[in-house]
Amino acid sequence: MKIIYMDNNATTRVAPEVLETMLPFLTDLYGNPSSAYSFGGQVARDIRKAREQVAAFLGASPEEIIFTSCGSESDNTAIMSALNTGKDRMHVVTTRVEHPAIKVLCNELIKRGYRVTEVPVDREGRLDMDRYKKSLTPDTAIVSMMWANNETGAIFPVEEAARLAKDRGILFHTDAVQAAGKIPIDLRQSAVDMLSISGHKLHAAKGVGVLYVRKGTKFSPFLIGGHQERGRRGGTENTAGIIGLGRACELAAQRLEEENTRVRKLRDRLEKGLLDRVPNSRVNGGGAERLPNTTNISFEFVEGEAILLLMDEFGICASSGSACTSGSLQPSHVLRAMGVPFTMAHGSVRLSLSVYNTEEEVDIVIDRLPPIIEKLRGFSPFWKPQAQACASGT
Amino acid sequence: MWEYTDKVKEHFLNPRNAGEVEEANAVGEVGSMACGDALKLTLKVDDDGKIEDAKFQTFGCASAIASASALTEMLKGKSVQEAEKITNQDIADFLGGLPKEKMHCSVLGRQALESALSNYRGEAPKEQEGEVVCECFGVTDKEIEKAIRENNLTSVEEVTNYTKAGGGCESCHDAIRELIARVREEEAPIKKPKLSNIQKIKMIEETLEREIRPSLQQDGGDIELVDVIGNRVLVSSLGACAVCKASELTLTHFVEAKLREHVWPELTVEEVPK
Repeated sequence: MKIIYMDNNATTRVAPEVLETMLPFLTDLYGNPSSAYSFGGQVARDIRKAREQVAAFLGASPEEIIFTSCGSESDNTAIMSALNTGKDRMHVVTTRVEHPAIKVLCNELIKRGYRVTEVPVDREGRLDMDRYKKSLTPDTAIVSMMWANNETGAIFPVEEAARLAKDRGILFHTDAVQAAGKIPIDLRQSAVDMLSISGHKLHAAKGVGVLYVRKGTKFSPFLIGGHQERGRRGGTENTAGIIGLGRACELAAQRLEEENTRVRKLRDRLEKGLLDRVPNSRVNGGGAERLPNTTNISFEFVEGEAILLLMDEFGICASSGSACTSGSLQPSHVLRAMGVPFTMAHGSVRLSLSVYNTEEEVDIVIDRLPPIIEKLRGFSPFWKPQAQACASGT
Repeated sequence: MWEYTDKVKEHFLNPRNAGEVEEANAVGEVGSMACGDALKLTLKVDDDGKIEDAKFQTFGCASAIASASALTEMLKGKSVQEAEKITNQDIADFLGGLPKEKMHCSVLGRQALESALSNYRGEAPKEQEGEVVCECFGVTDKEIEKAIRENNLTSVEEVTNYTKAGGGCESCHDAIRELIARVREEEAPIKKPKLSNIQKIKMIEETLEREIRPSLQQDGGDIELVDVIGNRVLVSSLGACAVCKASELTLTHFVEAKLREHVWPELTVEEVPK
């Protein structure tokens, strides 16, 4: 069975060009880049090149790039660094729809006596800027705000939010894990102090991430050990991962236009095809400025996990914000923060595309998914009365 | 993705008895959209009290659909009395097990069955019994206590898996812990009361008479109680036992064992000269 992979916000396939770049470092070129001999020095040179590639991709300087193990490590490092260097500032500003790497850390910080403000979003997932401005206080150590939401693709006005923080002398971090490679990022003119990306979200391997730290920003390492990354992140480098990420960033820059043209058209075709064929469905965050590859659709009166498992029978891979998909019993905190009603939130499906998706795949999903919803609604106790109510105009 | 058994997958992909029984005379509805699980069970019970037909409608995940399908299969052909005995564990067992986090799906099935049978008997729909402990999912203390008893639950996590209580904001976790402690205390085996010295002596004498002497006398021996000091039972061997080389073993392996079994588990037997 052919796999139709539409879960690229969860992870992406490693690009063949990236794999080719990585392979020598998993086989012959296994030297430690910290070694004194040339066998390791050769690897160190390739890491240097990767650092330059990542920096170019972000509009940064190579010395502003710290390689980490993942986006979560980058996020955690940024916040903890701000709190450790922020003298006695005890306040963190974030949003209600952050990734667990931020959300769970903030919950932990509350237990340790810090104050956390979660700025709300509207029904489309747009940030409440008035509330954001009011949340910034002299006690605020850092603002941590995702650039684009992983579930809906909604894009936050990060540049403006960063400037507002900078004007008040507050550090600004953005989790750009979903944004990188899908929308342009140029940190040269930006007020962003720290930024996280993750390799496996942009066709590099899993186990490698980046934390950008603007020159002059006070920094406290999260992982203490060796002198790697100029003492800012101890631990022997994931050489193949880092070198692959450098190549992936080069490719992502080249494919940015395709993401915003061909991939966007595919996403729009998919969305329209499904909305046209399935009654009582809607796009969550459809009214917000969104990533070009992401659609989050709710199908009323059916449950998300059941939809995903039936899609899996056709080899279609997607995600859901339903409670039953995760260990939690509550549906997606993102959808609930947007005020998506329970009738919709439980039946949400996220389809996230990449440059590797085709029109043929999109048409297969448009063909296969509506009968699945129809089947599940066929024995949903809530669907029939609703259909009758609609038919009778009540 | 959850690890489901082949039978769960089979019942999810090809659910049996989906829909509504026409002219049903037993209808049970439980759950809600907010909770993420809802089940409507409709049954047709014949004049002899046998379940002729059973169908379900459900809003829920794969294991909720499979549990409802399994339940209807289990119910068909059973008498109402037999159906009453079906537990949530029976539903899970029928499916070859459910992930522990999904046991509440089987509980939903059991609740729908209770509701349907109550409806069949013409009873008014039950008012929610007890006080709501979990506001997020509207679960009462009575429901939690029942789940703890029926499934021998010992932790908040288990209670959440079986009832959903505590799976939201978590503010009810302390209340759930108190309920677990209370039920566990009630369920704990009753400890044998401590014996007074007089009771102990009386019971030792009775046991010697009933359980020990007849055996010793068959071999020409006997035993006599001399004194009881705390848990030390002082005895004298008589007849053949008094001269038997194995009398020490008899005292430990037979007399002491019998007294520990019938009187008090900490008794020790010592021989003293008569």
